[in-house]
Amino acid sequence: MLRPRITPCLLVRNGGLVKTVGFGNGKYVGDPLNAVKIFNEKESDELIVLDIDATVGSTEPNVRMIAQLAVECRMPLCYGGGIKTAAHAKSIVGLGVEKVAISSAAVEDPRVVSSIAAEIGSQSVVVVLDVRMQPGGAAYEVWTHNGSRNTRKPVEQVAREAEVQGAGEIVVNSIDNDGLMQGYDLALATRVRGATRLPLTVLGGAGSLADIGSLIRACGVVGAAAGSLFVFKGAYRAVLINYPNQAQKEDLIRSALKG
Amino acid sequence: MITIVDYGLGNVRAFLNVYHRLNIAAKAASSAAELKAASKVVLPGVGAFDHAMERLEESGMRGTLEELALGARVPVLGVCVGMQILGRSSEEGKLPGLGWIEGRVRHFATQASFGELPLPHMGWNDVRPVAGNPLFRQLETDARFYFLHSYYMDCDRAQDVAAVSVYGIEFCCAVSAGNIYGVQFHPEKSHHDGTRLLKNFAEL
Repeated sequence: MLRPRITPCLLVRNGGLVKTVGFGNGKYVGDPLNAVKIFNEKESDELIVLDIDATVGSTEPNVRMIAQLAVECRMPLCYGGGIKTAAHAKSIVGLGVEKVAISSAAVEDPRVVSSIAAEIGSQSVVVVLDVRMQPGGAAYEVWTHNGSRNTRKPVEQVAREAEVQGAGEIVVNSIDNDGLMQGYDLALATRVRGATRLPLTVLGGAGSLADIGSLIRACGVVGAAAGSLFVFKGAYRAVLINYPNQAQKEDLIRSALKG
Repeated sequence: MITIVDYGLGNVRAFLNVYHRLNIAAKAASSAAELKAASKVVLPGVGAFDHAMERLEESGMRGTLEELALGARVPVLGVCVGMQILGRSSEEGKLPGLGWIEGRVRHFATQASFGELPLPHMGWNDVRPVAGNPLFRQLETDARFYFLHSYYMDCDRAQDVAAVSVYGIEFCCAVSAGNIYGVQFHPEKSHHDGTRLLKNFAEL
């Protein structure tokens, strides 16, 4: 049976790991390489690493850091941040990264997705959509540049475009729920699930394994990504990298898919 | 020495890291001269079928690889697209494959019984090996590997199927014919089961 993926998502700023709330207030939570080593030991399903300043600061991907992470990482690694061209994507895959995440470049010009897919293969192209609910809740719109620019495009439309252009996976990230640890936006998740046939990963809001269970119940075999859940422990958000063990994961998945 | 074919496709470093941690000597080869002395060969690959065949041709290593596999009968392990190009051809491309495995590579969605599942097939899935295949020693039950693909090998001969998995349909996820082996999943990124499989390959 193909299993839902439970995927830690790490945010990088100036070479350090941070965790944000609503895309702001980045709190320093440690060193990326050290975090990768811990997730190796915990045998996490995959890992997503996003450099959240690369696009805003118009910087090129940090090749040296990515190479170090890729060498260390024993599970499939998805890297995003500052990737705008097929040449960027190709060089990052060449460092040993399995999947390349693109966001603003894909939203601004969906043809970038097809040019990158032609270079590295659709299966390695992940389109990350940062989404806010429109005031009033009628629609979910895609934002770029760390949640500072509204494209005014509905998330379903952007997801479908990405699929047509040859993306291999959609990651949908709720800016509203980021860092709140009060559960995923399940309405958003099911809308995007209904809009595309691509594998889907949902990010933003998970505060407990039960929240992951609710997502799997709503969307079936899906990727459940989380930041805060896997880097904080307890009500005071003490930094402690954690991840469910094999038995916890099996229980969670079995009961969620049954229900 | 175990030699990873570096023709610009696939995560060569990941294989070297696994063997390094196992204390098993391994190196990468990006030229025929470097490949020549291999005692075992890992042939990785990602992306499109034709692209992989073109890159292998351009690398100048194809001839040496064929001498090793078909002449010296050195064990070869194709991984992901590196497994697919062991076949004769693919629905994904126009170029012929290496033809070392009697089979054709098919797309899941062209199978009527496949249904509407998401593609690519992405994530951790159960792998059921046939009994007694040395590549799957100690992986006979509960083996789980990471997959990332939309195409799979459709073998002509049942005896070449080394393992199956289920995604919409039951499909061949590992092949074995003499000294030629292939796995559709990514052992280099599949934690301890993947490490076990690569160790088994080293011990063949």
